[in-house]
Amino acid sequence: MSLPSVDEHAQKLPLEFADEHESLKITGFWMFLVTDVLIFASLFSTYAVFHNSVAAGPTADQLFKMGPVLLETLLLLTSSFTIGLGIYAMRKGQVRALMAWTFLTILLGAGFVTTEIHDFVSFAALHATWHTSAFLSAFDILVGTHGAHVTFGIFWAVTLLFQLKKHGITERTARKIYTFSLYWHFLDIVWVFIFTFVYLNGKLG
Amino acid sequence: MPSFVPYLVHTLFPPTVRLPDILLIDFGLICAGIGVIVLLTKTRRWGWLWNDWLTTVDHKKIAILYLIAALVMLMRGGIDALMLRAQLALPTTHFMPASQYDEVFTTHGTIMVFFMGMPFIFALFNAVVPLMIGARDVAFPRLNAMSYWLFAFGAILFNISFVIGGSPNAGWTAYPPYTGLAFNPGPGENYYFLALIIAGMGTTMTGINFLVTTLKMRAPGMSLMKMPMFVWSTMVTSALILFAFPPLTVALAMSLFDRLFGSHFFTLARGGMPMMYVNLFWLFGHPEVYILIIPLFGVFSEVVATFSKKMLFGYPVMVASIVAIMFLAYGTWVHHFFTMGAGPAVNAFFGLSTMLIAIPTGVKIFNWIFTMWGGRIQTTTAMLYQMAFIPVFMVGGATGILLAVVPADYQLHNSYFLVAHFHNVLIGGTLFGLLSGLYYWWPKMFGMKLNETQGKWAFWLFLIGFWVTFLPQYLLGLKGMTRRMYTYPLGFGWHDLNVISTFGAFIMGAAFVVLVYNIVWSLLYGERDLTGDPWDGRTLEWSLPSPVPEYNFPRIPVVHDRDAWWAMKQKGQSLADLRPEDVHDVEMPKNSPIPFLLGASFFVLGFGMTFAWWPIAIIGFVGIILCLLFSGFDYNDHHHLKADAIRQTEATLGRLQG
Ligand code: HEM
Ligand SMILES: [Cu+2]
Repeated sequence: MSLPSVDEHAQKLPLEFADEHESLKITGFWMFLVTDVLIFASLFSTYAVFHNSVAAGPTADQLFKMGPVLLETLLLLTSSFTIGLGIYAMRKGQVRALMAWTFLTILLGAGFVTTEIHDFVSFAALHATWHTSAFLSAFDILVGTHGAHVTFGIFWAVTLLFQLKKHGITERTARKIYTFSLYWHFLDIVWVFIFTFVYLNGKLG
Repeated sequence: MPSFVPYLVHTLFPPTVRLPDILLIDFGLICAGIGVIVLLTKTRRWGWLWNDWLTTVDHKKIAILYLIAALVMLMRGGIDALMLRAQLALPTTHFMPASQYDEVFTTHGTIMVFFMGMPFIFALFNAVVPLMIGARDVAFPRLNAMSYWLFAFGAILFNISFVIGGSPNAGWTAYPPYTGLAFNPGPGENYYFLALIIAGMGTTMTGINFLVTTLKMRAPGMSLMKMPMFVWSTMVTSALILFAFPPLTVALAMSLFDRLFGSHFFTLARGGMPMMYVNLFWLFGHPEVYILIIPLFGVFSEVVATFSKKMLFGYPVMVASIVAIMFLAYGTWVHHFFTMGAGPAVNAFFGLSTMLIAIPTGVKIFNWIFTMWGGRIQTTTAMLYQMAFIPVFMVGGATGILLAVVPADYQLHNSYFLVAHFHNVLIGGTLFGLLSGLYYWWPKMFGMKLNETQGKWAFWLFLIGFWVTFLPQYLLGLKGMTRRMYTYPLGFGWHDLNVISTFGAFIMGAAFVVLVYNIVWSLLYGERDLTGDPWDGRTLEWSLPSPVPEYNFPRIPVVHDRDAWWAMKQKGQSLADLRPEDVHDVEMPKNSPIPFLLGASFFVLGFGMTFAWWPIAIIGFVGIILCLLFSGFDYNDHHHLKADAIRQTEATLGRLQG
């Protein structure tokens, strides 16, 4: 049985979907993202339950400073845009542009993580750590899990740069970059929720 | 290092693991370990072990690995159960001290659910799902091997607790605050949380893998409504896994952080709240009980059709009902803690939503009965389990409904009535289903039948033992006996019933011995399956030789009907009409050591964290990173199986024309 239509069909698809195995992996990655959404959903609901359980420690309003948070938001949102430009370059087959955009994404991500760590250290100086209260435990694990995801994403992107350098844009590297971009956008969306429900709500609510 | 050695001895071998029975087991384990090493060396089998098994990515071999693990865990969990029952039959003696009793009921429950039930189900998924849908493997073979090794090393981590450091003792549900450091020092609960997180990651990956496999890898022509019921149940179970395990992982991680790093999620101080854990746990836990039964609904649907020689009755309704169960399973978790006092409105809602599940379940029961109705029933061992399951499960479901009646549950909660309910569904449903599937698919997995006479002995012993054990427990629950107590005064009128129950447990112990004998005997002398279709089956796995060659299908079949193989046989077709020119090169995944090494690294990380020995944990962490890096840069993970090699294999099997 030969199915010639499959090949014709494949040619119209973007490279990352062209190979059957690679395209399966994209489906699988979506499923993984579903489980990650649920991890964050569980963490958010824990935070919702605990956000007033401040014990003797500081409240959200006393603790949060919007300056660093706005900076983090800016960095992460921009990085989501740059990886999007990277995918655009990839579709056009421009490997150098793709690598440049990915590199810029990494830098912005690193800026985000640095700012966040700085923020956490300043909290610790005020003795606001997860030893202090259930509120801070829930805050630390929610924001910390997101930060750990971003950190992992940075290292992942670095390995992808090496692979791009070695193999260029192939079905496989294209798929890898594409899944990385899905992951990165996903973290961006989670951050928007954190920004709204944790920081804004903590300051204004 | 004079101060170092006593510290090590005290940490790794505290008095709780220096009980005489445990020391005896230590001795036995060491002897067995040395024996295995000597045997492997003498017969020069190390290479075989590594190349054929530890690095394999073949779903059929992974199935066998899961099966071996599940049977070993069934034995361990079963011995735990017999110890518990022995203590309860002799309540005035100290056969076990209270602390050991707590540990044994904890390991019993945890092992049976996570390390026996789950891997046994995955053994069946791996053994037949790709074959049933006409695929050459699962969607992600290497991920599949990773799932296995994460599960296996999680299981090992959990199981060494009773000889090294001490077992967990807070029940399989591990409620805080009792799992908190303040009330429960020592490594036991750390073992529990870490082992379950590691094995749970493996399970999540299995869920992803089989969801993509069943969605995307079906043979041409096999639309959703032409999938065998077992494939449907695999798909639904995988979806349940995807949604159930994340909350569990979060709950476990938070408990672990409370213990290791002093956070305050579920502690009693500084705003922590144990009830949050209970909610997260059962948000996982109730779907989990359906993860443990839906696959077996699938098994029973296949078995009943094959051995009634009829098409499954009401297939579309069967599909609709498991999908309905899947959704309903997320709306009932509060029924596990009505007594925590969420208020009448909440309790009423969850009471009613629980009762709703009985409707689709009842529909399925009727359909199985109607399938048998007017069929030519063959009472093979697999079919006997199916037929026994129906009444047993109905009792289990009915007592579940009683528990869902909120005012009644205030009386029955955490009594032996509850214990009897869930064993009723888990043994009568899950275990019977697993054994039914084992007898049914054994020829496909191993190329010979399990001896039927011995199988029927084991079956009757299991069935009788089951009723003798658990009927008295319903009565005990009504008489007020609560779960997890290791002694009681003789004057309460509980003793006789407990003795009967213990007697029943030993009958089931005997059944297990017969089962093992049955397996060993059949491996040596069992009737070979030369046709590949010993039961005159209906689905595609029976179109292949037993055991199935590495590449499964030399030519991917085209499906026109539900019960595809049966329809092909009716039309006089067979897959043995393969012509040489039909065979092409096949791309197959390569074996890889990474999954095994990744599991081992997680084990090292988990062990280090259990004892808060950070250098060891860091070694494990570095191992994990290296494994991930290696597989990221490994582009050479496929090889081509030449058409000639396939033709040769098929020719020796007598399946090639010309
Ligand atoms: C119509 C079907 C069912 C209904 C209405 C039902 C109802 C219930 C209820 C209300 C409870 C909580 C009782 C209490 O804690 O006081 C319960 C506990 C339990 N059920 Fe079911 N159930 C059903 C089927 C199943 C099935 C199919 C399984 C597993 C295969 C299962 C496994 C369990 C387990 C393991 C527990 C107790 C866990 C524990 O506390 O340790 N149930 N069931
Ligand atoms: Cu439940």
